[in-house]
Amino acid sequence: MAKRSVVPFGPQHPVLPEPIHLDLVLEDETVVDVVPSIGFIHRGLEGLVSKKDYKEYLYIAERTCGICSFGHGNGYSLAIEKVMGVEVPDRAKYLRVVWAEMNRIHSHLLWAGLMADAFGFENLFYQCWRIREKILDMVELTTGGRLINSVDTIGGVLRDINEDQAKLILNNIRDIETELKAIRDTFLEDYSVQTRTRGVGVLTKQQAHDLGCCGPLARASGINYDMRVLGYDAYGMLDFEPIIGTDGDNYSRCKCRLDEAFQSIDLIRQALTKMPAGEIAVPVKGNPDGESFIRIEQPRGEAVYHVEASGDKFLDRFRVRTPTFANLAGMCETMKGAQYADIPLLVVTIDPCISCTER
Amino acid sequence: MADEKNILTVIAKEQLLESVMVMKTRGLRLSQACASYKDGKYNLSYSFAEDDNYRYETLRVVIDKDEMVPSISEFYPYADFYENEMKELFGVRIQMIKNDYHNKLYRIAVETPFLPKDEKEED
Repeated sequence: MAKRSVVPFGPQHPVLPEPIHLDLVLEDETVVDVVPSIGFIHRGLEGLVSKKDYKEYLYIAERTCGICSFGHGNGYSLAIEKVMGVEVPDRAKYLRVVWAEMNRIHSHLLWAGLMADAFGFENLFYQCWRIREKILDMVELTTGGRLINSVDTIGGVLRDINEDQAKLILNNIRDIETELKAIRDTFLEDYSVQTRTRGVGVLTKQQAHDLGCCGPLARASGINYDMRVLGYDAYGMLDFEPIIGTDGDNYSRCKCRLDEAFQSIDLIRQALTKMPAGEIAVPVKGNPDGESFIRIEQPRGEAVYHVEASGDKFLDRFRVRTPTFANLAGMCETMKGAQYADIPLLVVTIDPCISCTER
Repeated sequence: MADEKNILTVIAKEQLLESVMVMKTRGLRLSQACASYKDGKYNLSYSFAEDDNYRYETLRVVIDKDEMVPSISEFYPYADFYENEMKELFGVRIQMIKNDYHNKLYRIAVETPFLPKDEKEED
């Protein structure tokens, strides 16, 4: 009978940009069970609704995460706007799409770089992050911030994108698209990459559903849902189809995310082309009174924003269920039966965002 | 474009397991579960997503501060993360969580649960 042992993984590990702890139960080199624990960077952000009024809190919501910060601000704004019955101007909806998709591209490229680093392909890692810098430069140009943008507001957005900036973005994303193709080809066709991704960490469609997975992790297993289909912001006025995989392995997850980066480029192009002239925000007066649940598609998947308010300037409750929190069970499942040497890659493959998860 | 159908149903604590079983039988995904506290009562929300048509249904159970509530992890095993969070951070008394972390899911240095207090008056 194989010898059973428990090996701690994290919270500090070369492959982990943020801390999470896993107790790995091994039989020889095979993982048979995984027990995660979190909370090393819990900041109590949700509790701050009792300290900051609902307009100030937007800036706290944005700081839930440094990668998908625009999405968190957007989700929070949408939840408050729904409670207060605020109709956002169309131009602001398109602008939100542009920034949300820029966030998605740089998030997926960040992940691609980390993935390349995890399987020891340093040059690929450099290339992914080199392209990501170009996206961040455009985010900085249009919002003033690279990671924390603070450009969203309840009732619209705070900044516009002028004609010159729009032209520059359209030119830049054309170049980025060309460079991304080379990255995609390497990820999907290179022999040494495929040996670490093909057939590793398989999550079937049924397992992904039964474990409540979301985002590219679920879509790579063949589950067809993407919250952008709900049509929030300007997504309802743009043409796109969710990108679905079939195999549910590391390779399928790579393909799904890289294809989504191209889809985001297309959505930015559509949004900038179709964006109507007009106001970018409407004034919001009074305090929220009511409750709402809003779902949006963050780079890592479905994020749920829940707001409870009772007419006071302070909310009773704000809750964000982040995609990584929902994907923890799926991540543990992919590890069962895997070799110990594949664990770092399997952690990265769900694109974990621990800051989001712990709030 | 799908229309978001967002439904909130308030149910009694005694109906929770039966209602969750219905959701499971219908093949819905548990999207989130959370707690909030106000005026000596917990609001427990369990949200289920029907991904084919993007319908979103939330079950709401209101319980007193010291009241026990059964775990739904028998039907949705991954609910244990949500339930451990509710138990550890909010102090909700949840019975029979399948994988009970005994207040150790979050490695937090400060004492939990974060007991509710009216901090607004302090500002």
